[in-house]
Amino acid sequence: MATQHSRSAARMMMAPAVVLLLGWMLVPLIMTLYFSFKKYLPLRGGDLGWIGFDNYVRFVSSSAFWPSVSATLIIVGGVLTITVVLGVLLALMLDQPIWGQGIVRILVIAPFFVMPTVSALVWKNMFMDPVNGLFAHLWKFFGAEPIAWLTEVPLSSIVMIVSWQWLPFATLILLTAIQSLDSEQIEAAEMDGAPIIKRFWFIVLPHLGRAITVVVLIQTIFLLSVFAEIFVTTQGAFGTKTLSYLIYQRVLESQNVGLGSAGGVYAIILANIVAIFLMRMVGKNLDA
Amino acid sequence: MNNALRAATALTLIAAGGAYADTITIATVNNGDMVRMQGLTEDFTKKTGHTVEWVTLEENVLRQRVTTDISTNGGQFDIMTIGMYETPIWAQNGWLVELDDLPESYDVDDILPAMRGGLSYDNTLYAAPFYGESSMIMYRTDLMEKAGLEMPESPSWDFIVDAANKMTDKENEIYGICLRGKAGWGENMAFLTATSNAFGARWFDENWQAQFDTEEWANTLNFYVDLMTEAGPPGASNNGFNENLSLFQQGKCGMWIDATVAASFVTNPDDSTVADKVGFALAPNTGLGKNSNWLWAWALAIPAGTDNEDAAKQFIEWATSKEYIELVAENEGWANVPPGARKSLYENENYQAVPFSDMTLKSILSADPLNPTVESVPYVGVQFVAIPEFAGFATEVGQEFSAALAGQQTVEEALEKAQALTTDAMEAAGY
Amino acid sequence: MARQVTSKRKALNTVLAWGIGLLIFFPILWTILTSFKTEAQAINDPPIFLFFDWTLENYQVVQERSNYGRFLWNSVIIAGGSTLLGTAIAIPAAWSMAFVPSKRTKDILLWMLSTKMLPAVGVLYPIYLLFIRMGILDTRVGLVVVIMLINLPIIIWMLYTYFKEIPGEILEAARMDGASLKEEVLYVLTPMAVPGIASTILLNIILAWNEAFWTLNLTAAKAAPLTSFIASYSSPEGLFYAKLSAASTMAIAPILILGWFSQKQLVRGLTFGAVK
Repeated sequence: MATQHSRSAARMMMAPAVVLLLGWMLVPLIMTLYFSFKKYLPLRGGDLGWIGFDNYVRFVSSSAFWPSVSATLIIVGGVLTITVVLGVLLALMLDQPIWGQGIVRILVIAPFFVMPTVSALVWKNMFMDPVNGLFAHLWKFFGAEPIAWLTEVPLSSIVMIVSWQWLPFATLILLTAIQSLDSEQIEAAEMDGAPIIKRFWFIVLPHLGRAITVVVLIQTIFLLSVFAEIFVTTQGAFGTKTLSYLIYQRVLESQNVGLGSAGGVYAIILANIVAIFLMRMVGKNLDA
Repeated sequence: MNNALRAATALTLIAAGGAYADTITIATVNNGDMVRMQGLTEDFTKKTGHTVEWVTLEENVLRQRVTTDISTNGGQFDIMTIGMYETPIWAQNGWLVELDDLPESYDVDDILPAMRGGLSYDNTLYAAPFYGESSMIMYRTDLMEKAGLEMPESPSWDFIVDAANKMTDKENEIYGICLRGKAGWGENMAFLTATSNAFGARWFDENWQAQFDTEEWANTLNFYVDLMTEAGPPGASNNGFNENLSLFQQGKCGMWIDATVAASFVTNPDDSTVADKVGFALAPNTGLGKNSNWLWAWALAIPAGTDNEDAAKQFIEWATSKEYIELVAENEGWANVPPGARKSLYENENYQAVPFSDMTLKSILSADPLNPTVESVPYVGVQFVAIPEFAGFATEVGQEFSAALAGQQTVEEALEKAQALTTDAMEAAGY
Repeated sequence: MARQVTSKRKALNTVLAWGIGLLIFFPILWTILTSFKTEAQAINDPPIFLFFDWTLENYQVVQERSNYGRFLWNSVIIAGGSTLLGTAIAIPAAWSMAFVPSKRTKDILLWMLSTKMLPAVGVLYPIYLLFIRMGILDTRVGLVVVIMLINLPIIIWMLYTYFKEIPGEILEAARMDGASLKEEVLYVLTPMAVPGIASTILLNIILAWNEAFWTLNLTAAKAAPLTSFIASYSSPEGLFYAKLSAASTMAIAPILILGWFSQKQLVRGLTFGAVK
């Protein structure tokens, strides 16, 4: 059906979206590149001239750089693992016939509607606070010493908060995928006397492959730039400084736009490395 | 009739070329005193005809917002709420409107000299203090008595350690001392820098070389970490001003060394369970001639280039005037007026009756931003160093110290990292 | 794959599912409950669940301090406007990718998604300067455009996956009948894709509603949405759990209600065509 005519029409129809996104990508990118080669200190007179790769060298040689890369990857990896594993379990559970399925489903997806800032504030103050938090009360009730979550296990705490926000997303996609699974296939396996674990491993899980890919892809895009949760909870202390938080510190706290821009370029490189991995995966698994 | 008259006047004024009713946008922090000011805006509108749009934000967000705006000349705000740290730096860049033409009735000489000095650049005032503060000890008189001790007016750090240990009763969730541990240049570093002054330490020597490798800093930080481990609340490394305030109000702290403005919150029976059991003393020292107290003011400044400069000036005159203080006193009582900005407030008999007024004034007067340390330094500022890069590297240093308090690294490691990253940041800044 | 099970097993499953559902929902429930407490009750030790003196005081205080209606209206305009604008731009693009695919279609799609990986903080200064030049700082128009651009890749991708499921033969048939391209999109494709478009719109309203970096940094007084409203309650002096809870409840309530009422559409929206 792809005639010459429809091809050119198709191109026309794609043009606005492509042009807009190209602009949205290129304009900031070029400006970031431009600033990254400048000594640009807003509080010391602004543009202080070209300085070559100094900003790039300085950004990487800072002791905070590698820890920030690893914190970013830990948060992304941690949240992905938790949401996918729990998401599969929850989806399996929600797939069972139960009373009030609609309401339970509403309860499970609710966290997705909560602004990241709000959820971070609520978790930080009302749950994880070592004196007034609900967890502290719970711990004391069982005679245990309350945990200062955000200082003792800061990265895990943040992973937990972010996972709570993204779990509904994963669950729903996986649930829809499970619901589309051919029940005859399962029943046949059941007849053959395949144990439940085997049934899950050989029939359910392969069927979910595509859905899991989608979860991983979409979440990674959002998780790479997690910012609000860290800004609200630890402000980058205790090893929770992600790459985007480090850039924030360089640009806004240290008021060094050049240095921060160089960091931005590194973040783009990191995102692209992750993207290449993802696209390999997607190419195989997602028939886009 | 009244309205018609008003409208007529307005028309005449507009015809005469004077903008009668402007709308000004003010960025401010969500502290209690500012929220109160927001509530009283009507009085300003009634007096001048100008209306006000408030942008009230949490401190960190506010800073991020106003700094971006002013350094790009964004022009989003007619008045910004800034502190003693930003004022001289911004003024030097020519970003702020000079406040040198305030009317006689404003009585600019009534502003406490320490505040006026800290908010001036080249002897010109660039921001008017809305309220000012130093830091002091707030302590529980009942617990002090129970410990069998008596708080001197100007205690030593040794006495504080002794008292903190005796007051601590972890079983009942009473912690001898609550201090800031949350990382940030305006959080733990404000406290620790002020404390280090009493221990004879300093950020930089005369040649701008970072000083974290000195004995004095090791003493300061070791002392702080030991004290907090023994007698501090759990999770102290995430406690800033607000967290400690709430702990103290709940009766969980024996002593708290923090901003003098907190005194009105901890003695307010509506919010505080210990309102009638609070005593005050000067921030501690080690006998080297400097107390561990800081000096700060939240002030109102006008960004250069705003279209509503006149209206903005009128607002500043209103909000930082003697009349405003009386207005608050009328509505909320004398204990709740914005403190620390004007001499006349401390000469007022009504205010002298407020339990913390005397100690607040003494604390403010004992801070000297021009000579903050035992040995001489090239910078201005008691708990900060008034250079543009400070906020950035001090926050990072604060994170290292906070991690040391949390037990994630040793004091030596924290100091080593602090030294390295400060040196690096100073190099990047061109020192 | 739902099958017949014994009612005993169903009861067991029900209990388990409800337990876990409530556990996941609990933080929100707790926030809503706390918003009706006094500040002292909010930090009571031990915590009080239901038996406290319910009060609306926090809501009054919050409303007195900030004009909730205006923030809400800005959020509605920004989230709604950006989503509608984005959808309008995305429909033709997604259509052409789905029905006139070329070798590069997949690359273009993934490239679009990858533009979302730029760290926002890194480009704050450039974008801020650009906004000043264009005079759209603190305007709803400016935010609508930015949020639209941020979500556009997701919108396109979602629509693409829906469109692809529409059998091409139907379009062929329409074309045979002499329908023009415009008519084809407008009268044949769009009606069939309505459910997909609806869920795309819903999901993107949520994403736009919750966007907290640009909405905070590019606004002052006039265009500030609910994310900025929250920032004035986040950590004030003194006890604040109850007021924070009230403000939080006010900020999330509209979207929560919208989400609940349109749950079915949304569930479909979240599948991203992951299910055949």
